[in-house]
Amino acid sequence: MSTSQLAPVEAKGAGVATYLDERVGANGFLRRNLNKVFPDHWSFMLGEVALYSFIVVLISGVYLTLFFKPSMVEVIYEGPYIPLKGVKMSQAYDSALDISFEVRGGLLMRQIHHWAALFFMTAIAVHMFRVFFTGAFRKPREMNWVVGVSLAMVSLMAGFSGYSLPDDLLSGTGLRIAEGIVLSIPIVGTWVSFLMFGGEFPGTDFISRLYGIHILLIPGILLALITVHLMMVWVQKHTQFPGPARTNNNVVGYPLMPIYMAKAGGFFFLVFGIIVVIAGIVQLNPIWLFGPYTPDQVSAGTQPDWYIGWLDGALRVMPNWEIQALGYTLSLNILIPALVVPGIITTLLIAYPFIEAWASGDKSEHHLLDRPRDAPTRTALGVMAITFYVLLWIGGGNDIIAVGFDLSINFIIWALRISLIVLPPIAFLITRRICLALQRRDRDKLLHGRETGQILRMPNGEFLEIHAPLNEEERAKIMAKPDVKPLPMPPETDSTGVKNPRLKKDRRRAKISQFLFGDNIAAPTSAEISEADAHLAHEVQQDAPVVAEEESLQIAHDGAVLEESSSTRD
Amino acid sequence: MSDSKDLTPAAGDAAAPATQQALRPGEWPRADVAHHLRRTDTDPRAQKRAARQVAMMFLLSVLMVVLFIVAFVAIPRDAVITLPYIGAIGALTAAMGVTFGLAIFLIGAGAVHWAKKLMSDVEVVQERHPMKTDAEDTAVAADIYQVGKESSGFAKYPVIRRTMLLAMALVPIPFIVSLRDLWVTPPGITTPSEELLVTLWKPGMRLVTDITYQPVRADDIPVGGLVNVVPADLPLDEEETGNLDARAKSAAIIVRMTPEEIQSQQGEGWDYQGILAFSKICTHVGCPISLYQQRTHELLCPCHQSTFNLADSANVVFGPAARRMPQLPITVDDEGYLVAVSDFQEPVGPSFWELKESYS
Repeated sequence: MSTSQLAPVEAKGAGVATYLDERVGANGFLRRNLNKVFPDHWSFMLGEVALYSFIVVLISGVYLTLFFKPSMVEVIYEGPYIPLKGVKMSQAYDSALDISFEVRGGLLMRQIHHWAALFFMTAIAVHMFRVFFTGAFRKPREMNWVVGVSLAMVSLMAGFSGYSLPDDLLSGTGLRIAEGIVLSIPIVGTWVSFLMFGGEFPGTDFISRLYGIHILLIPGILLALITVHLMMVWVQKHTQFPGPARTNNNVVGYPLMPIYMAKAGGFFFLVFGIIVVIAGIVQLNPIWLFGPYTPDQVSAGTQPDWYIGWLDGALRVMPNWEIQALGYTLSLNILIPALVVPGIITTLLIAYPFIEAWASGDKSEHHLLDRPRDAPTRTALGVMAITFYVLLWIGGGNDIIAVGFDLSINFIIWALRISLIVLPPIAFLITRRICLALQRRDRDKLLHGRETGQILRMPNGEFLEIHAPLNEEERAKIMAKPDVKPLPMPPETDSTGVKNPRLKKDRRRAKISQFLFGDNIAAPTSAEISEADAHLAHEVQQDAPVVAEEESLQIAHDGAVLEESSSTRD
Repeated sequence: MSDSKDLTPAAGDAAAPATQQALRPGEWPRADVAHHLRRTDTDPRAQKRAARQVAMMFLLSVLMVVLFIVAFVAIPRDAVITLPYIGAIGALTAAMGVTFGLAIFLIGAGAVHWAKKLMSDVEVVQERHPMKTDAEDTAVAADIYQVGKESSGFAKYPVIRRTMLLAMALVPIPFIVSLRDLWVTPPGITTPSEELLVTLWKPGMRLVTDITYQPVRADDIPVGGLVNVVPADLPLDEEETGNLDARAKSAAIIVRMTPEEIQSQQGEGWDYQGILAFSKICTHVGCPISLYQQRTHELLCPCHQSTFNLADSANVVFGPAARRMPQLPITVDDEGYLVAVSDFQEPVGPSFWELKESYS
């Protein structure tokens, strides 16, 4: 290897690259990764929003730690906010007030931190929907789905621990509810609660304990999980939507250097900038209005952040079941909504990719995304889960709704109790039907062309609607529909007459497979497509009258096809 | 990665003869999709204009930083401005947020504009390779693992394997045990439930208002009225302990109704001339309750809407709470002030595992 050969590369590749390469051999990595291709789609930015708002949370959070005093020692407020002058409060709340009123930019940073956290949670949720509904969790990305679900759960704890810290009346009430939930845990509940709070609620230890968890433990876990999440995306390359030239074996898009560096890097600044502007002008969580926490006061109509609302809603709509037996108490009214339901939801979320893979028997890699309609049962299950979630969320705001719409609380709760059982299955059925109908329309378009809305009157008086062939992109999208078949029902005996010892298990699996993948619209076979094409061409040749005004048009009976250019007349 | 087979231009790309040229190492072949030329691809003037726009955004960002510093220095902390749709907000926070936010946003806008107008917008194709490692590497890796496993004796000595797993499983225990003193148990107490079952109320203790600690005279309470009370010892207790634990358990409310309105009580004669005292802490998850509807005598928890009928032993009439609100037996002392006859006879606040019997 002569230096003369390398000279021009070095001249362009800058001194830093050489410096790094001579020490860690970075250039091999750069060669492989600098021009990595990323596909483009607006929905792929949702994960980016989550990542960037997390960075904003970290930056603003570090600032807040410089001023916040996580202590429950009682002090008398002497700051500039007149309504609270002379009021006894914890040092945590006192310092949160100082950040809001005395530190220039303190309130801005507090609001940046809180707004960014809301952006973070929202982006995570919508990103998760995107991944679910497009089937991006399929092999080889199941592990990353699990990491993603864990991220969502830890983020929830990050959010809750964060807004519990200022020790205002709202956050203290949230903690009281959390303590009530912990107390309901069978056998160890009281012990866990006493260890958490250093004795009875509220004690004097909890804020400082929570602080360490909020600023060190949780962000540490989040950072580790995010790193794994991104590395897996990098190694596996991003999925893409079907389209012209896009296959399961390639990635079509723009290279990292320079396009994605500019676009994704720029997007970070866009997200950051938008959060800061909103934080500057839209106030949220005005803790000074709530006052300091005391366990014997509460204000009506206050709401937790949106991502906690569904848990509160679950607590509200649950019937008051409590079991008393053998000298012990089991508070089902708290355990079920606060621990059992979230536990089931998390388990199902984590398990879903594995259930689908098991039920399909499919072991191949999937890099092309499904359009939600092409996986009707999955889409319907997702909508069903969202319906359930939204109903609980509405339950979390039942008092606001009662006041706003002048309804009785009892009516709303009973309506929700019934809806929670009835509406999700209905949402499932409707979504499935819509998906199947959309698939039928796709198939129709593929085989008969797209309706143009142009009506032609023939010399014999007959009216015809002109159909135009799909453009390449639409065609590619529709043709990309995966042809997933459910597993067949296993026979009772094999060909030699030996009974299948696993018959029950296999049957169950085939049934689940039938539920997930059966009753789907068959994708047109290539034979059907070429037959349709040939049929249309034939019709065109035989019957198409040439319209004087538009000589290039060709019209045919029965699914008539309009070609924009005469070059296809072959 | 960039071996020769990746570098073949995509077939059928007649519209773009440029890509038919040999690719430089590191370039990906152009995707076989329709591509429309932008103004900036064909018109050098448009190109220059786009470059100016990008530079202008970066410069505006700098201007915003300057404005931020001006705002920081010049705007007083208590200045207020009124914005349409948003209302009155702090002028300093708003000015800092807008200038800082725009300073950041404009960098992003410039970068994205740059990418969209001036960088190539031709989609390229990169091949995927199966995640699975090829057979040879897999075989070698399996072999290395096997050799290591055999030479370690992991399979050969089950006694090592099992004892190691046992030791690993038990080694976190000291850490978990160390957490025990997160709660330093007070003298005379062994379990949490013992603390949860008692409050500050004692026979003869006066009921005082929750903020000003004034004793309450029975005559002062009108029919239909509600007063928030705490034990008279509470201020002293809070002084001594420095915590709000006692308040979280002993906070109570008193309501007055006409004696004939009272359908039932938790104990015979626990009222004083129609004045009833109940715990204020919800038996669901512990929110303090204060929404009282005097016409129906119903007490509604603002957190989860558990509803209790105070005229009927504070039984649950609606909502997720399972236990009634504990009643505090009261009477008056020599001076006519309300006092407790005893502590609550039922556990206050949320249910827990160790509750022995059903109340209500």
